[in-house]
Amino acid sequence: MLQVLRLRATAMDAIRRFFAERDFVEVETPTIVPSPGLDVHLCAFEVRDDRGRAVGWLGTSPEYQMKRLLSAGAERIFQLCRSYRSGEHGRHHEREFTMLEWYRANASSEDVIVDTEELVAYVARALGAPDAGVLGSPWERITVDEAFVRHAGATVDASDEERFFRVWVERVQPELGKERPVVVTDWPPSMASLAKLNENGTADRFEAFHRGIELCNGFGELTDAKEQRRRFERDQANRRAAGRPVYPIDERFLEALEQGMPPSGGNALGVDRLLMLLSGAESIQAVMPFPEEEL
Amino acid sequence: MADTTDIKKGFKMLLDGVPYAVVDHQFVKPGKGQAFIRTRIKNMMTGAVIDRTFKSGEKLEKADTEERTMQYLYPEGDTRVFMDTRSYEQLSLSNDQLGDNVYYLLDGTEVDIMLFEGRPIGVTPPTFVELVVTETEPGFKGDTSSNTTKPAMLETGLQVNVPLFVNTGDKLKIDTRTGSYVERVKG
Repeated sequence: MLQVLRLRATAMDAIRRFFAERDFVEVETPTIVPSPGLDVHLCAFEVRDDRGRAVGWLGTSPEYQMKRLLSAGAERIFQLCRSYRSGEHGRHHEREFTMLEWYRANASSEDVIVDTEELVAYVARALGAPDAGVLGSPWERITVDEAFVRHAGATVDASDEERFFRVWVERVQPELGKERPVVVTDWPPSMASLAKLNENGTADRFEAFHRGIELCNGFGELTDAKEQRRRFERDQANRRAAGRPVYPIDERFLEALEQGMPPSGGNALGVDRLLMLLSGAESIQAVMPFPEEEL
Repeated sequence: MADTTDIKKGFKMLLDGVPYAVVDHQFVKPGKGQAFIRTRIKNMMTGAVIDRTFKSGEKLEKADTEERTMQYLYPEGDTRVFMDTRSYEQLSLSNDQLGDNVYYLLDGTEVDIMLFEGRPIGVTPPTFVELVVTETEPGFKGDTSSNTTKPAMLETGLQVNVPLFVNTGDKLKIDTRTGSYVERVKG
């Protein structure tokens, strides 16, 4: 237990120093939010007051509010916060987990990938992690299609989403980052979420993997309010069709995009997974003082 | 009807009419994708272990299995008769069904019998059993090393390799998972 506390404290301290050295401002945004995110496969916890009235949801990530800060003129921001996802539980999932999110205004997804490489190497050194050497060298970058060809023998059409992800979780993801971390780019446009599209039509979205574990998900951010509203409405329709609760659209977030958000890069990294990988633990629960099952 | 949230180690489900037990399971959810449960499951009829991925929330059929502790009573033709230690109900298993487990059955030995839809499909003997040597070459007094071994026949027909100091009439502790000699039992 004491080891876990020390591990976490050392890592948090290293993360804060890393961003401070790069002129980032640490920010705090609310945990209870008016919309928890609309991705069709995301489940949130609803929050009620003591009279039973619904007052919002626990955030599944601090994305909307942090982007509003970008619109308001913030240029480099990061946040270490709790995020909450219902129905996710396993060795790499916990309903409540620590998220690190950061955004750079006037920057690209590649700039944020470089941040990620440097950050992870920095934290690994601070912890004296055995992987520090491997993590310190540049990470390989491959496209989603290349990843499928390399590990499953052929690309998979994203129009059959279930098959796409079935092959992904069975054949592709377990092989990613076996030797050293790999960054997977150029996602299908249907999975763009809050990312802009690349000139080649793919989503400007990346995920980094180490030892088969997804470490982060980042975007070259979509700044077009109209396109973002279309995607939100499509997500809502998909949620309705799937029989899932349909969360509202965060109108203030869209207003912020309308007022103008600079082209930006952002990334969301699971701190517990990073600690698990750096300490050689078998699960994220092993690096948490109070995992759900021990509460 | 069960679903994927019921999956845990040892959970027994019916797939294409065959009972499977979960050996290992993992929740996986790609960043923007749907969640799956990857499992490693064991065919309870054949023992074969396979990997199977379920969509999170997928409905599963529970396998109607039950494990009962039963006492071995006596042989009857090509079968062995057991009795449930609580209900006194009796059932027979063929020697084929029992396989190597026939070598661990003495009067009164308690085994766990797995029933699927009421029919026995597997037997787990105690991890260790004690069996008497009925035939082996005479031992060498004073040779207590166990590096060199010789074959010995035990009372149930099981043949094991034993250290040279073991004699006919000795009682031996046998590990039923490997079918091998552990130690000589005093008395």
